[in-house]
Amino acid sequence: MMAKKNLLLTVSAGLVYLFLYLPLVIVVVFSFNDSKLNAEWVGFTWKWYGKLLYNQEMLTAAMNSLIIASVSAGIATILGTLAGIAMHQYRLRLLQMLVLAPIAMPEILMGVSLLVLFIMVNMTLGLISIMLAHITFCIGFVALAVQARISSLDPALIEAARDLGATPWQCFREVTLPLLMPGILAGALMAFTLSIDDFVITFFTAGVGSSTLPLQIYSMVKIAVTPEVNAVSTLLMLVTLVVITVASRLSPAIFRGE
Amino acid sequence: MVWVFTGRENGALLEIVNVSRHFDTFVALDKVSLHIEAGEFFTLLGPSGCGKTTLLRLIAGFDQPDGGDILLDGKSIIAVPPEDRPLHTIFQNYALFPHMTVAENIAFPLRMARVAKQDIRTRVAEALEDVRLPDKGNQYPDALSGGQKQRIAIARALVNRPRLLLLDEPLSALDAKLREQMQIELIDLQKDIGITFIYVTHDQGEALALSHRIAVMDHGRIIQVDEPSRLYGYPGSRFVADFIGKCNLLDGKVSEQQGSRVTVELDGLGSVYVSGLETQFAVGSRCALTLRPEKIRISRSSAIPGASDTLSSPADPSPLSSFDGESHFPGYVHDMLYLGDVTVYNVTLANGVLLETLLANSASGRTNFFEIGDQVEVAWSCDAGHLVLD
Repeated sequence: MMAKKNLLLTVSAGLVYLFLYLPLVIVVVFSFNDSKLNAEWVGFTWKWYGKLLYNQEMLTAAMNSLIIASVSAGIATILGTLAGIAMHQYRLRLLQMLVLAPIAMPEILMGVSLLVLFIMVNMTLGLISIMLAHITFCIGFVALAVQARISSLDPALIEAARDLGATPWQCFREVTLPLLMPGILAGALMAFTLSIDDFVITFFTAGVGSSTLPLQIYSMVKIAVTPEVNAVSTLLMLVTLVVITVASRLSPAIFRGE
Repeated sequence: MVWVFTGRENGALLEIVNVSRHFDTFVALDKVSLHIEAGEFFTLLGPSGCGKTTLLRLIAGFDQPDGGDILLDGKSIIAVPPEDRPLHTIFQNYALFPHMTVAENIAFPLRMARVAKQDIRTRVAEALEDVRLPDKGNQYPDALSGGQKQRIAIARALVNRPRLLLLDEPLSALDAKLREQMQIELIDLQKDIGITFIYVTHDQGEALALSHRIAVMDHGRIIQVDEPSRLYGYPGSRFVADFIGKCNLLDGKVSEQQGSRVTVELDGLGSVYVSGLETQFAVGSRCALTLRPEKIRISRSSAIPGASDTLSSPADPSPLSSFDGESHFPGYVHDMLYLGDVTVYNVTLANGVLLETLLANSASGRTNFFEIGDQVEVAWSCDAGHLVLD
């Protein structure tokens, strides 16, 4: 009876994972297929990855993505950390809502409203506008990661630092910041992956010549899903996977939803 | 009746003057005043929520009073931030910095005080030596046992010689055996270094064992401040009698006072003498006789020839049930608790009140002197108890 139940559970879990990951597996597999068509397996090859290196548009897009992700994640980490600390210290409902709303907001809404804003203030769409947009939606994730870390800390540690002679600033630098570091790093890595993968908001806030990797893939797919697209998607997947794994090691709490 | 500490009041190290603290409508501290002398081991004792930790936090500077003043060496420290107060705190869970090694933890207060690097190294080594953990310097706090963490926390707090050490239930996280050992270490340590300790606990046994003086607190007020033996022997109120150690309270009325000897008519039992009293009691006032279990003798009824002579019933209250020396009352064993070293016998008296008595199990073979339901006689000398007014 017990074994039967376990079997059922295993099978259903397997089906769910299959449903989630089969499309990704297909992309990875066909990125190594020695054929221009995504139809049947012909043979193994690295050539599509090699071709990527000579695709100037793709390289520019990848560079843009890296710059945008690094800068946005960096700035969002600083702002998000401060927001996370403030959320913990002041426990204001409104503050919490304002910081976290962009996480729950439909991306299309964020995209459209940011576009309207940028046009209103007469801002040229380009790398800067994309970065500003990415910072906006990344702050909430960093704040969440930092807040999760703070609430797991013993508040007596901060008081102990003051008690032992540390000024508020020394206390922050010597005790609070080092103890929050795992949460901050996890938040930064999450922000990085969110930024590098984003399509919808980037689509609305990008200008001519500021294409990112997801936008580039999209424009290529409009013609056909070439093996080259599969290859670049596989690489993007790999980067995301590595970063998320590192982040989850640093701050298990937020990935357990605590 | 409030006991006031009268000695050495001038030049107190720490003076707490009419300090109040409210949290919304909750009164955590209600005009508390205290004097703590240099070199004292002073304990704030009370049930949870009595305000003892709030008071400690005000002294440390983590919180601000709503009224009153706190003076150190005669100067107000209310406006001084915690880092500039010459005192340190031992926290309940030690609050060792988990990202620093033991040595870095101990070095922290020295580093904040900008002590020279070489001096820090030697003083940290000395501090580790003092707490008998010289080879733990490179370990992280997570690798230490509870008792070791405790010692490191003490080493860290004492390394730059504060004027005052505040201890917030520091032994509550340790198991019973280790706690007793740490109590002895704390007493020795305090004696050796001579730094004033202010100790917060809800454990009356710990307070009695450690302190020079104890302030008993309840509902944000100081109920009584006294030395442990006086607090135990001469509680000033029902609350103190009940809170410090085990205590029987027999209700009655003051019927006469001759010098230090008071005649009390116990409800439903009869009259007894209480001697050795220092205060004047108004005749007719309601009171309670406090009797510690170990001060009551329990014996078999038949052991006393003519036991009926000392019998007194509410119907016949006129003859004093006590002659000058001892009071005797009959009763029967209601229930008992064998505790190994002693057995507790709860005796029901004629008025239905349960009296807790103790009998030391002096022989290893015989465990029960009495059985439940046995007729017994309880007795105590007239200087065994103390009177508290209602």
